Amino acid sequence: MKRLYLILLLLGLVVSIFGQEVIKIGMNFELTGAVSGYGQMSRDGVLLANKLKPTVNIGGKEIKVEVVAVDNKSDKSEAANAIRRLIDREKVVAVIGPATSSAALSAAPIAEERKIPMVVNTATNPLVAQNRTYVFRTCFEDTLQGALLATFAWEDLGVKNVAIMVDVAQDYVVGLSNYFKRSFAMYGGTFFEEYYTTGDQDFTAQLTDALSKNPDAIFMPGYYAEIALICKQARELGFTGPFFAGDGADAPELIQIGGEYVEGLSYTTYFHEDAELSPATKPFVEAYQKEYGRRADAFGALAYDAYMVIVDAIERAQSTDPVKIRDEIAKTKDFPGVAGTITYPDGSGNPIKPAVINTVQNGEFVFRTVVEPAIF
Amino acid sequence: MSIQIFFQHLMNAISLGGIYSLIAIGYTMVYGILNLINFAHGDIFTYSMYFAFYAVTLFLFPWWAAFIFSLFATAMLGALIERVAYRPLRKANAPKISGLITAIGISFFLQNFAIVVFGGRAKSFNPQIGVYPKQFAQVITIRNIRIPLLTFIIIGASIVSLLLLVWIVYRTKSGMAMRAVSKDIMAAKLMGINTDRTISQTFMLGSALAAVGGILWAMKYPQIYPYTGMIPGLKAFIAAVVGGIGSIPGAMLGGFILGLSEIMIVAFLPGLAGYRDAFAYIILIIILLVKPNGILGVEIGEKV
Repeated sequence: MKRLYLILLLLGLVVSIFGQEVIKIGMNFELTGAVSGYGQMSRDGVLLANKLKPTVNIGGKEIKVEVVAVDNKSDKSEAANAIRRLIDREKVVAVIGPATSSAALSAAPIAEERKIPMVVNTATNPLVAQNRTYVFRTCFEDTLQGALLATFAWEDLGVKNVAIMVDVAQDYVVGLSNYFKRSFAMYGGTFFEEYYTTGDQDFTAQLTDALSKNPDAIFMPGYYAEIALICKQARELGFTGPFFAGDGADAPELIQIGGEYVEGLSYTTYFHEDAELSPATKPFVEAYQKEYGRRADAFGALAYDAYMVIVDAIERAQSTDPVKIRDEIAKTKDFPGVAGTITYPDGSGNPIKPAVINTVQNGEFVFRTVVEPAIF
Repeated sequence: MSIQIFFQHLMNAISLGGIYSLIAIGYTMVYGILNLINFAHGDIFTYSMYFAFYAVTLFLFPWWAAFIFSLFATAMLGALIERVAYRPLRKANAPKISGLITAIGISFFLQNFAIVVFGGRAKSFNPQIGVYPKQFAQVITIRNIRIPLLTFIIIGASIVSLLLLVWIVYRTKSGMAMRAVSKDIMAAKLMGINTDRTISQTFMLGSALAAVGGILWAMKYPQIYPYTGMIPGLKAFIAAVVGGIGSIPGAMLGGFILGLSEIMIVAFLPGLAGYRDAFAYIILIIILLVKPNGILGVEIGEKV
């Protein structure tokens, strides 16, 4: 064991002597824990981006970009520890992630305080970037997503009374449910909420209560693990109406766990292979297929975009100073991300982007339509 | 609330309570004989699911063979844990608290080992991959009350496990040895009982029970990840304490009480559903205050 440490120490020394021309970007992702599916998909996206664009050009010199991943265990407090570790110990110039809103909300104040730019890929809760200058995202916000879902439920599904399953432990879920309710009420729809906590496996009591109120549809703004179980138990309790969900549904585990019970579930997300969101989409899809031998996913796509946005800003800044990098990220305009073009409007870290609606059909995520943001 | 919906809730409660009691029986058994709270029980429970899952997907066992394999593999895991973690403590005459701390350590080890070996992402335990026949997922409707067939299987398994356990403990030689060890380990040793073997058997039996619970849990809630067993394990521990830790019928009763209260809290106070785990702890605290030995527990003076 001692020898191992010695070797590691020597390696570290060698790296620090010869490897000065390295710039580090951190990843703060949910690699284990309740939503590890998101974190792992996100990490794969960043790793691919790093492989395709391994260096940045500063002053005519190619400098290697190293990505460092820290696991936040799908936990709020671990997410704060992870970003501290990335900044203090790894000396990163920017951080990508976390993928979920609760984790991002606890990491964001630290990025802001230490003046390190943080680009989240899929944390959609508006509070993540609100009133912060160092926090950006590559996805849309839940105010938009909630409105899109309300339109979809009212117009496409034609439902009037919706049961909402709310995970009280997740900022993303509580937020999305509220934005949905606001828009759905404007259409004249009615709704009621049932509550649970992340990690719950038995929803029969909530569903029995919900079904006694005869909803037309069940809306699940939560995460895939719970969505799959809710769908299963709702069908077992005799519910036959449609299910719909937010971007939290977008993980292969949804279908693996939910099986036939999630058939027909529709959800809003950011990306689908078959949706041409920008000229960069197709090359990405092909590169992803080649690298991992599977279809590209939304979490990976947005994490890929986050890396590319940061690297692009570093090259424009011609500097490794996090403050200057931040200023350049803020000036990003018409950047061709693989999940749609990214422009940060003045003083905001939120790009305006189209949303994709997918449906589960025959055990696969099938692309249904792209919804352009209108006046929301 | 209409009577029909009430009965639907009641069936949901029995279904959940049944599986809690099944896990609690294994918990309470190890405690009853060794006075050791095996906090790793929930993780052994998780491993039993992985054993069954990989037996089907990797070794292509038929489902019933996979279940039997999982039962044996989990029992072996229990024996192994006892051998490497608890026996050395016993040999060193370590204080009781060391056993508890070791159990927590083992629990963390098992969780992290599972992350390394099986990965952090959830695996599915769906009949589509052949882990169990599709017919088990049927739902029976009686007067508009819907009961998954699995509920009957769970209750059947609980009762069979209970009877089997009572038979082993009261009718077999090993069972007699277990009871002797639970009374006084030193005296049992002096009477020529191989206490190490008896304790090992206790662990195997407790772990096999965890495997029965684990497989049924995975059929009911078909996702397996390294922390699956954490919450059910904790709930089973609470159930065991509420029923009277060390008492096997008590564990069953405690499991049903917990299942019933969790479902009824949500049924009658839907606004508080997000906090229902807290109610399990509240029940635990109340029981500890009112009847520290649990409902069916018997008061035993501390051995000196």
